[in-house]
Amino acid sequence: MEHKEKKIAIHVSHLKKSFKQLEVLKDISLDVAEGEVVVIIGPSGSGKSTLLRCLNRLEAASGGEIVIDGTDITDRKCDINKVRERVGMVFQHFNLFNNMNVLRNLMLAPVDLKKQDRETARKKALEMLGRVGLSDKAQAYPHQLSGGQKQRVAIARALCMLPDIMLFDEPTSALDPEMVGEVLEVMKHLAHIGMTMVVVTHEMGFAREVGDRVIFMDGGLILEEGTPEAIFGNPQNPRTRDFLNKVL
Amino acid sequence: MTRIITTYGQLLAVAMGQTLLLALYGLFFACIIGMIVGIMSVVSSRACRFIAAVFVNLIRGVPMIVLAYFIFFGVPYLWNTILGIGGMTLTALQAGSICLALNCGAYMAEIIRAGIESVDVGQMEAARSLGLPWWRSMVRVVLPQAIRTMIPSIINQFIITLKDTSILSVIGFPELVNTAKNVVAATFMSFQTWAIVGAMYLVVILLLQWAAKALERRLKYGA
Ligand SMILES: Nc1ncnc2c1ncn2[C@@H]1O[C@H](COP(=O)(O)OP(=O)(O)OP(=O)(O)O)[C@@H](O)[C@H]1O
Ligand SMILES: [Mg+2]
Repeated sequence: MEHKEKKIAIHVSHLKKSFKQLEVLKDISLDVAEGEVVVIIGPSGSGKSTLLRCLNRLEAASGGEIVIDGTDITDRKCDINKVRERVGMVFQHFNLFNNMNVLRNLMLAPVDLKKQDRETARKKALEMLGRVGLSDKAQAYPHQLSGGQKQRVAIARALCMLPDIMLFDEPTSALDPEMVGEVLEVMKHLAHIGMTMVVVTHEMGFAREVGDRVIFMDGGLILEEGTPEAIFGNPQNPRTRDFLNKVL
Repeated sequence: MTRIITTYGQLLAVAMGQTLLLALYGLFFACIIGMIVGIMSVVSSRACRFIAAVFVNLIRGVPMIVLAYFIFFGVPYLWNTILGIGGMTLTALQAGSICLALNCGAYMAEIIRAGIESVDVGQMEAARSLGLPWWRSMVRVVLPQAIRTMIPSIINQFIITLKDTSILSVIGFPELVNTAKNVVAATFMSFQTWAIVGAMYLVVILLLQWAAKALERRLKYGA
């Protein structure tokens, strides 16, 4: 990647988000380069999920600017569905479509949005299932899978749209400890093949090993950011230190 | 008892047919109204939600017998005499179907709204996050799950509506209760006649319930 000029995949400037009176994001500015893995950490209620959800407009920003791959998504006239096709999202509670088996979960969006014809979508879906190690689960329904398997299917489902960017909101928080590893493995693999990723997580080991940059958020603000070595080894902000002492 | 059946059995069977026809028309349009109003009550537009709420509360707040008189007598009177446009006639079947459709439609709308709201919002969000438009996400992901949870309530509402057809005897539609009244007037055998009529309703409703159970079983995922 070094010889390529790094382009900006996500540009956020002075983002604000309020729910009625409650100001959840106060003034967030952040750039993510193509291929970069940014890990967001911070205490509960600090606005991590809200920030992530603003990046694909599941929450509409109250102020500021968000540019994804050159498209300003705070512009009400932009075609948000086109942007979302390129931005995959993985949720804490998986959100697999319960009324469909795994294969149809994976094929729904590519076929419905006419990105791929049925046969191509099917091949792609099976290939992605193979990548997350679940080739044998194509016909299973979500309720027949373990948590870790569900989350790997959810990742595969997002990948079927061939996204440039992947957003992860605490992808392992709802999992039994013995299933965390299998999901993190898939995410590591994605990072290694150059996927642009923004990951909200409490898995500090993952942040250290895979993150290019770690961001510490509290009270709707980015209080500190830097390389994993800097943040974990020598945090500057007392609130960061405090938080890390509690979780490490 | 046997005299009623041999002499009036055919008449009552035809009347049951009329009852079912009325119920069928009513339910068909009720499903359409219920779907439209139900979805209107979950969209983001406040105007749509307001209209849906007004409709549902208006219909629920008026007894069906009043609605029946209003549609059968009131609306043509308004059209022909008050507005002086003239030429409007409604058959009892038309008025009755509209009445059932409006009444049942309002309750169906509530069932459908509740069904949609019972589906985890994460389902809609996941579909939207893949780039599916709101409407496609609704049709492909949310509604199929909502309908599954709604089926028992919908069947219940179907049964209530089937029984509500009897109210439409007041506008002279020859459904089962209306016909039975004539049989009683002719024979004075009210015990026998009403017992037979009750049994006829019961059989139809038990059949409907049985079909509903079969349908519910078929809609279980991954079974
Ligand atoms: N839809 C909403 N309506 C109102 N308030 C909300 C909404 N979503 C989030 N909030 C509030 O915004 C604040 C930040 O929430 P957010 O989910 O972004 O925090 P978080 O950092 O992801 O926390 P956690 O680690 O617990 O997931 C919280 O106080 C929360 O109650
Ligand atoms: Mg969160």
